[in-house]
Amino acid sequence: MALDSKIPAGPLEAKWDNHKFDIKLVNPANKRRFDIIVVGTGLAGASAAASLAELGYRVKVVTFHDSPRRAHSIAAQGGINAAKNYKNDGDSVYRLFYDTIKGGDYRAREANVYRLAQTSVDIIDQCVAQGVPFAREYGGLLDNRSFGGAQVSRTFYARGQTGQQLLLGAYQALMRAVHSYGVQLYPRTEMLDVVVKDGHTAGIVCRDLNTGEVFSMSGHAVVLATGGYGNAFYLSTNAKNSNVTAAWRAAKKGAYFANPCYTQIHPTCIPASDEFQSKLTLMSESLRNDGRVWVPKQTDDARSADQIPEADRDYFLERRYPAFGNLVPRDVASRAIKHEVDAGRGVGPLKNGAYLDFTESTERLGHAVIEERYGNLFEMYDRITGEDPYKLPMRIYPAVHYTMGGLWVDYNLMSNLPGLFVLGEANFSDHGANRLGASALMQGLADGYFVLPYTIGDYLAPLLGTKPLSIDDPAFTESEHSVAEQTNRMLAIKGTKTVDEIHRELGHVLWDNCGMARTEQSLSKALAEIPAIREEFWKNVCVLGENESRNQALEKAGRVADFLEFGELMVLDALRRNESCGGHFREEYQTEDGEALRDDENYAYVAAWEFKGVDAEPELHKEQLNFEFVHPSTRSYK
Amino acid sequence: MRIQLTVWRQPSPDVDGKFETYDVPGVSPDMSFLEMLDVVNERLMHDGKEPIAFDHDCREGICGSCGFMINGQAHGPERATATCQLHMRKFRDGDHLTIEPWRAAGFPLVKDLIVDRSTFDRIIESGGYVGVGTGGAPDGNLIPIPKPVADAAMDAAACIGCGACVAACPNGAAQLFTSAKMQHLNLLPQGQAERWDRTINMVETMETYFGSCTNHQECEAACPKSISIDFIALMNKDYAKAQLKQRRLVGQSFP
Repeated sequence: MALDSKIPAGPLEAKWDNHKFDIKLVNPANKRRFDIIVVGTGLAGASAAASLAELGYRVKVVTFHDSPRRAHSIAAQGGINAAKNYKNDGDSVYRLFYDTIKGGDYRAREANVYRLAQTSVDIIDQCVAQGVPFAREYGGLLDNRSFGGAQVSRTFYARGQTGQQLLLGAYQALMRAVHSYGVQLYPRTEMLDVVVKDGHTAGIVCRDLNTGEVFSMSGHAVVLATGGYGNAFYLSTNAKNSNVTAAWRAAKKGAYFANPCYTQIHPTCIPASDEFQSKLTLMSESLRNDGRVWVPKQTDDARSADQIPEADRDYFLERRYPAFGNLVPRDVASRAIKHEVDAGRGVGPLKNGAYLDFTESTERLGHAVIEERYGNLFEMYDRITGEDPYKLPMRIYPAVHYTMGGLWVDYNLMSNLPGLFVLGEANFSDHGANRLGASALMQGLADGYFVLPYTIGDYLAPLLGTKPLSIDDPAFTESEHSVAEQTNRMLAIKGTKTVDEIHRELGHVLWDNCGMARTEQSLSKALAEIPAIREEFWKNVCVLGENESRNQALEKAGRVADFLEFGELMVLDALRRNESCGGHFREEYQTEDGEALRDDENYAYVAAWEFKGVDAEPELHKEQLNFEFVHPSTRSYK
Repeated sequence: MRIQLTVWRQPSPDVDGKFETYDVPGVSPDMSFLEMLDVVNERLMHDGKEPIAFDHDCREGICGSCGFMINGQAHGPERATATCQLHMRKFRDGDHLTIEPWRAAGFPLVKDLIVDRSTFDRIIESGGYVGVGTGGAPDGNLIPIPKPVADAAMDAAACIGCGACVAACPNGAAQLFTSAKMQHLNLLPQGQAERWDRTINMVETMETYFGSCTNHQECEAACPKSISIDFIALMNKDYAKAQLKQRRLVGQSFP
């Protein structure tokens, strides 16, 4: 099937406006004749559900959380970008567009990214109107700060809890829609299949997590806003329950999965302390403004940090990147830290980190300034590690943080399956091969508040007068049956390995071979190892208890089963992309300075994979990326 | 470290629950409390026993999913700390810890340590929002908000909705949660249009599910975000005022 991105013609700045005029509309009185199912209640899902309901559509919302407010968007710390130019420093929609395209290493669609930059300004206005308590200056106006990958201050924030406040804004809009616009909310409900009939998305199959009941929902359209797949690696900064299941089960029903190898590693996370570590915690990127990163020059140096004299320290980022120093972009910093740790110079009890040292800046600026800037982060670090960063340098190590890949969508955010829309981190669309800081929140809300509410009408308008497929249709009952059968199968294995043990094995394979740096050899090794882990899962996993009451191990087992299939696709995509770009770094393809070496001639495409069976090779569909307005260049930070 | 752990086990709401005690050797002081429970669960499963069910997600103290009573204290002994951010180094080798779910009429039990907090969603649904639809919002800088006002609103908005305030309260009251959610909006200019309706609706919804406040202040002490009970005072003030206001008077301005 040919991939039609449906990018409108015309000048860049007019594409979205023209498109909004050209696409079909649904009359206000007819909107109530359409049923839409939204899966996921993070920024994208909650904002979409609220906005669609306000328009008059009949909306059902599914979340596996106990409340929509728990979605992982809530954990975002830093901020949200918008091209408001409130700081009078020369920002513009075009500059935000340009920074995002360049930051994504020229692997995103120009038209999508330009639309994202355009809608960014509306997002801030909308959130302020909702009562999101953004940081203010003394004069009462909105405050901004700067962030990585940009030379202007365009990041809006609410202390270190921007994601929380934006999500609560969207959640409150959703709860208002539940109250006033008849949205039906299904908490503690997990989507386990997409139902497709005659080439159109007909609905979903869900499992009630408290009772185990499997049931169907039908609608004219299904919207997936189910987040990213970082937890494939087991250890990541994602919430424990974040998973790829909804997206992957859609992929198994024919939706193409695009660019799965684009994963983002964040350099400043707290290193794992032992094998029991359940997740990793991110420390804000802003720490690198005043912290200096170093390791001992000697390998296996057992002295504590304060006993190592200056002469025995290697400030390797400053040494290797004199111009940007400690402020090189995320991917570059991450790889440099990994290089030192791999060489045996890692610090901490497990020798798995580098120091982030504030001694010099504390002497220069004073304790009070450092406390004012980073006090809450230092406190968080102390709480987790039991070490006081005012006395000892922090220890940091990179961790999986965000995934740029996702289900393929066209300009309308519709997948190749008609009627299946995908928003936020779950789609692949706007960040290319690398996402800039403070852009994830922007994309989630742009998709939900300002893109989908218009574009979904184009799909729905011709369906006026049709009824959603009956849930008694064999398409639904067969799907319900297969969902129930998988549950029974997992419960019946009664093996000896727990779900977490198997998940950890997969995580090790992915992190070691498909993590920060990849080679043809490492990827081929992973491709050979993953099917064996998957086989062990289906022979030897231990899931106790029953289906009919709350069973968290069973829920987790289903998600890990999907990671075990999806992980293989991620590795395959990384193996086939014979270039380095953004978060995808193939060691064979680097410049003499160790920078990512793109191959625009052969790889300026979106890799959209079609599922062909668990043990069959997926089929690659390419969407060529055309750069009409920006000329791809090499990123350099020396 | 070696810990004795007594845990409330209850398979479902309609089956009687009971305490079970587990001997937990090999606890690392660097583990979070939930990681210690992960280890207990792995061991239980290897012994063929069902793991302890507990809610958790972000494990960064922001999603509000986790939380239970540890030796009678909501979220345990460390101030301003959610259970997921509590680490085992805060306990001593040989400690005996008893953990139980939030116990409150407004939070019916689901399983083991999991309770149903959807009553909080009902409170928000009744008025915990600014009634603006998507689109048509004026420029964000059109309404200047003095920094102290924005900061106070943010102090209230920091609530993570975990329910510790209700669990800590001898009356099972939800005043701290409700007032934080309400005052976040009532303090801001954007929240004025619906201020009195919001106040009445949220308070009355709260009272259908939860107990009454008698100023024990346990809620503030248990709150992982240190939300101040000052917001309860502000809520009470607004509620008294809202009762007196003729809300249907056109052009009524707020003081």
